[in-house]
Amino acid sequence: MNQGIFKDLKIVEFAAIAAGPLIGKFCADHGATVVHVESYARPDGFRANYPPFKDNEPGYDRSGSFGICNNNKLDVTINLKAPGGIDLAKRLASWADVVTENFTPGTMAKLGLGYEDLKATKPDIIMLSTCNQGQDGPHARHPGFGSHLSSLCGFTSVTGYKDRDPVILYGPYVDHIGVGYGVVALVGALIHKHKTGAGQLIDLAQYECGVQFMMPALLDYTVNNRVMERDGNRHGYAAPHNVYPCAGEDSWCAISVFNDQQWERLCSTMEKPGLISDSRFKTILKRKQNEEELDVIVAEWSSEHPAEYLFKALQENGVMAGIVQGIDELFEDPQLVRRGIWAPVDHKVVGKHHAEGPPFAFSKTPFKIDKAFPCIGEDNERVFKEFLGMSDEEYQKMETDGTIG
Amino acid sequence: MAEKVKVLENCRVLDLSNELGFLCGKILGDLGADVIKIEKPGGDPSRNLGTYYKDRPDPERNLYWFSYNHNKRGITLDIETKSGADIFKQLVQTADIVIETFPPGFMEGLGLDYDTLSQINPGLIITSITPFGQTGPYKDYTGADLVLTAMSGFMSLVGDPDRPPVRVTLPQSYMWTGMHAATGTIMAYYHREITGEGQHVDVSAQASLLWACSIAPSFYDYNGEVPKRAGGFITGRSITGAKMRAVSPCKDGYVNYIIYGGPAGIRTNVRMTEWMDSKGMAPDHLKQKDWKKFNIAAVTQEEIDEIERSNDDFLLTTTKSEFFEKVLEKDMLGYPVATSEDTMKDEQLRSRDLWKTLAHEDLGEEIVYPSFFAKFSDIACNLWRRAPKIGEHNEEIYGELGYQVQDLLNMKRAKII
Repeated sequence: MNQGIFKDLKIVEFAAIAAGPLIGKFCADHGATVVHVESYARPDGFRANYPPFKDNEPGYDRSGSFGICNNNKLDVTINLKAPGGIDLAKRLASWADVVTENFTPGTMAKLGLGYEDLKATKPDIIMLSTCNQGQDGPHARHPGFGSHLSSLCGFTSVTGYKDRDPVILYGPYVDHIGVGYGVVALVGALIHKHKTGAGQLIDLAQYECGVQFMMPALLDYTVNNRVMERDGNRHGYAAPHNVYPCAGEDSWCAISVFNDQQWERLCSTMEKPGLISDSRFKTILKRKQNEEELDVIVAEWSSEHPAEYLFKALQENGVMAGIVQGIDELFEDPQLVRRGIWAPVDHKVVGKHHAEGPPFAFSKTPFKIDKAFPCIGEDNERVFKEFLGMSDEEYQKMETDGTIG
Repeated sequence: MAEKVKVLENCRVLDLSNELGFLCGKILGDLGADVIKIEKPGGDPSRNLGTYYKDRPDPERNLYWFSYNHNKRGITLDIETKSGADIFKQLVQTADIVIETFPPGFMEGLGLDYDTLSQINPGLIITSITPFGQTGPYKDYTGADLVLTAMSGFMSLVGDPDRPPVRVTLPQSYMWTGMHAATGTIMAYYHREITGEGQHVDVSAQASLLWACSIAPSFYDYNGEVPKRAGGFITGRSITGAKMRAVSPCKDGYVNYIIYGGPAGIRTNVRMTEWMDSKGMAPDHLKQKDWKKFNIAAVTQEEIDEIERSNDDFLLTTTKSEFFEKVLEKDMLGYPVATSEDTMKDEQLRSRDLWKTLAHEDLGEEIVYPSFFAKFSDIACNLWRRAPKIGEHNEEIYGELGYQVQDLLNMKRAKII
């Protein structure tokens, strides 16, 4: 820790599950000192309720979902309901440059930890509040998870086959959109602080972030009055455009052909040059018209070959193609491996595993992942004594009366 | 209240990107950066993606272009000509950031790579966005949305188990890539503000979309489990391997209702049973259930199936809006499966003033856009200007560089702009 773009940045997180903690994680990967705050009474939901757990055995320090969102961080436990809890939380917040939180809107203020409260003790604090619906408005306090929000944002209605019910996107899809926008927002506030010395409050609604990813469909509705519908893997003006079965079980290769040149290259890779001038497939309009027939022909060919062969043979011939990689295959993917996406870490309970690095690589300030996720309360002593200057006696007292716990 | 500040006001961005990078420049523009979209003479091929205003296939009416190129000015310039490259270098001297999506090595071939340009402008940040990254065995491979979605692993998690995996019909990979490119770029800009040091940012679309796989990689990394597509169901919530329905048909479409645990989940389950009971549709097994003891992390498929059968029968009797009203009123988890129409009518987004209009004077119409991605107390995040027409700001921007109207005419004749 303590190098990289954010080497002098101190962040305290009153945040749980995915969106809030991942914003902190992106900063921690680039050198920020990030303290994740929870308590034994209210542990992070990912630790408590969400698989995977190492060896399928639940436990706060065995959670993979918590692990993937919290590497390179420190962890403390403050019981906000204990008599000294709020004061301690405030003291920690005053130590930080940035506080993030994803409670229900209004909760932090009710606890005495709202932006105005924190500003009173730390005038240049940056506070990032993130939640589903935003800090105000009629639905602000309505609870929800990312897996619900992906439906409200419109993603569910445009995913799946026409003749089937729509399908759900995996996990809290929209949370992860909120993470990208959240880091941008936070860094925007840091730039402002660097220029003016002033902190500020950021209200980041994941719903509003998700909607940004739907814009072309929303414009098509407002301008053309057309409601976009799910259409499998079809594309308006590309064919073939689908995933095709490959040799082996549940193995698929994605192939997309946008123009005549790519079509010719596909036919030659398939060693079926006769198809190029076949009247059913000669033009893009014809290929779209006879797409189902075309899919059958491509599938017959693809199912005789392993996905990796198809991917490479087609790419080497200039056809856009890809393997539908399983999650296991991602760990072997030479591009992801080369980028150091899977950073090896060691954890006292889970043992050796991997943290996941960022999708951007800096030439001069590379990310550095050097610590697995913290166990619950692992850094109480270090944070409270070293960072806040607490005496041994005071620390002991707070541990005994349950403020730290 | 003091006027909000454009935090990136003095930051000039030269945006050479295609659809992989549109959102990157747009996000920087939202925060007030002076983003100049540079297109080839005649217009960018990306002006033909998606749909058109009133279905008229015209590069000046492309809705995909409108969606992600507002908050930018636009010029035309052929950087593949010597004269064009020379003008580009002049622009670079005035710029802070260059965004490009050419194949690796292409800019180097034009003498416009990071090493060369950073000699002209030492603090320059170049963000290079490609399907797989600047180095590695697949660096020269190409891919549009379908291929990127497949290679990122995201596709393996989406679709019915008895059908091939599917992508989202509205391509998502370009948005993921553009957003993460913005994240990396603004981080590099912050670093430069503090240290004066510029750098090269290498963004991979495949890696950007990897985060859409959420926590799935940890299942494999921890326990060797490979999460798979499960249709309208969610997996990975119980150590028994039970899956929970997330998409249920209702009277006029679908709703997203999932059996959850934790305080909010249990409250939801109890109130759903009460709601069903008020309509005489709650079976005894639900009414008698001790929800306080319900443990989502250990629940079996049998128990889930029994609950869902009754819930699903009930949901078929409600509409999307009845369901939405009820979950809002009773503080329950769940949302309608919204369509574009539902999103544009959503009360919360309206009351937050998300939507603002921009005049498209040529079309004689105002078009609605989201006006921010976050609300800040001190800095401005806003909708500043509509997407540029082809070469709309040539005179303005080349004028700043000292070119006269006659020069522009000559450059146009020479097909440089």
